[in-house]
Amino acid sequence: MGFVRNFPAISILICMFAAIISSGLPRKAARLLNTLVILAVFGLSLTTFIGCLQLGEPVVYVMGIFPAPWGNEIRFGVLESGMALFFSIIMLLSIWGGRHKMKDEVARDKEFLYYVFINLLFSSLLALVYTNDLFTAYVFVEINTISACGLIVIRENGRTIEAGVRYMIMSLLGSGLLLLGIMMTYDITGHLLMSNIKEAVGGIVSSGESLVPLVVTIALLTTGLCIKSALFPFHSWLPDAYGYSTVSSAAILSSLVSKGYIFLLIKIFYRVIGFDTVKSSRLLNVLFVFGLIAMISGSVSAIRENDIRRMIAFSSIAQIGYIYMGFGMGTRAGMVASIFHILSHAATKSMLFISAIGLTDVSHGSRHFIDLTGSAHRNKIAGIGFLTGSLSMVGIPLFSGFISKLQFMDAAVSLTYAKMLPALIVLGISTILNAIYFMKTVLRIYMPIEKLGANRAQADVVTNTVATPQRMGINGVVIEKERITLREEKLYGFVIHLFVILNIALGVCSNTILDWIRAGIDMFS
Amino acid sequence: MGPNLAANYTEAIALILFCIGFGNLLLQPNLIKKIIGLNIMDSGMYFFLAEKGYINGHAAPIITDGITDASRYINPIPSGLVLTGIVVSVSVTALMLSLTIRLYKRYHTLNLDEISMKLKKEGL
Repeated sequence: MGFVRNFPAISILICMFAAIISSGLPRKAARLLNTLVILAVFGLSLTTFIGCLQLGEPVVYVMGIFPAPWGNEIRFGVLESGMALFFSIIMLLSIWGGRHKMKDEVARDKEFLYYVFINLLFSSLLALVYTNDLFTAYVFVEINTISACGLIVIRENGRTIEAGVRYMIMSLLGSGLLLLGIMMTYDITGHLLMSNIKEAVGGIVSSGESLVPLVVTIALLTTGLCIKSALFPFHSWLPDAYGYSTVSSAAILSSLVSKGYIFLLIKIFYRVIGFDTVKSSRLLNVLFVFGLIAMISGSVSAIRENDIRRMIAFSSIAQIGYIYMGFGMGTRAGMVASIFHILSHAATKSMLFISAIGLTDVSHGSRHFIDLTGSAHRNKIAGIGFLTGSLSMVGIPLFSGFISKLQFMDAAVSLTYAKMLPALIVLGISTILNAIYFMKTVLRIYMPIEKLGANRAQADVVTNTVATPQRMGINGVVIEKERITLREEKLYGFVIHLFVILNIALGVCSNTILDWIRAGIDMFS
Repeated sequence: MGPNLAANYTEAIALILFCIGFGNLLLQPNLIKKIIGLNIMDSGMYFFLAEKGYINGHAAPIITDGITDASRYINPIPSGLVLTGIVVSVSVTALMLSLTIRLYKRYHTLNLDEISMKLKKEGL
């Protein structure tokens, strides 16, 4: 392992220093620095990941000079370094994919701030993934919240500021509960390092004393992180925050920020409390029920939505429901399925947001379904991206979404009847609902232009957007192309290609990835 | 329950403060009152932690008379955590206040529900 031990700490620190340096840099330099930092983190995480695979056991890295019960630690294995690697890929693709929209969405003199927030967000995500100390995790949760709020409000219109305020309020409620939970953990165990807490919790469980405070603590930690990652009853801020922020922000928020909190929750379950203790507290059943409700209600709201970006945002609520349902199953197979779904959803949802912006760009910037009719013919590459993302979300074989649905089904079959039946039924219903709203959109964007003209003539609806097929073909494409330079358009196409490849790779190489996840979970505790 | 509660009345007060703040942050429509609620909630938590970290009759962990016995001193970490927490809550409060100023300048009201109504009318 040698020098590679230092890489996780280095990757957290370079992001943080890049954020500080970017605040004094001009726009283009900040952009370049941001790209370089993410590429560097990609390289460092890849090396760490390979090192962990070869080593086969978790590595503990002491931050500072004080040893275990007092000092601060980083601890990483296959799962942590793999997650950091995956986060860096998605981060890079999301930023590249939204780059051509940046000049419309963010004021030119504020653009460097955007990269400050991205760097801060990335460093806090990495810290959440790697840290072995609960209070450090809390501090980085707050940094994550503040920088995510910055990413929402940087567009500076009334909608985004209101969405940012709503996001902050819900997040602060969540972090209040999380902090109270951490304090009570410290109170009953006397430790802040995750591995030491687990030993103390083992003592509490075997002695049978102060079991009630332990259950309250688990409930507080779980509720706090559920609020922050927008599980069903706490999702009211999500559609506005994802629907109106800049396209890169929406992709990053949906695919990375909520996943960082969920990963911290997995870590708390396995490394802080111990999964058996969590299971015996029956708290997972609550997560199971709310996950099921989220799967249905998110999809129903998405079907009723008339705005493509808000529809994708509502679909996120349903997908987060899937992840929590996997937790709620309370088995190792359920957890593996959830972690795979984290990867699959992150790859797919960021692709959907980025291809949706390509479709709205060629429809005069309108996000309503009626104006998007036939838009995939005007922007072919975005259409392909949206099609791939939709097929993956619905769960067609070859794409990553199929594997995660298969894993959920697999995990559900081995449960008791009381959990198996609702899980299978709701999975089935949710898949159908997914198919309804995604296929509806795909059919609309691929509607042949001639047929569209005939429809328009008959129905006589909304004529002010696009009057005839010819005008739409000429105006739609040519005017938009003038605004976007060729180089940026190439970058956009390249990013969509990479997303499609990533999605198919997750679907095709799923066995290897699932093996890595299983090995990672074993290293976790 | 009774004797336990009497012995730990400070923790009970801290948690009541926490709940008051939590309720205000969640339910008040007025943004400034929400931020006040946030601060009450955080203060309640720091009170809880400071109270938990103090043991009656023990001194601050600074060695003066050459006594190194740990049972004479209190654990300094909870106080450190309180300080860190205060820094976090100050920065979050500043961010919330600045967003509130933006919204007030644009919509001339502090009521979050009214702002949402005006946004719907704008139909952005």
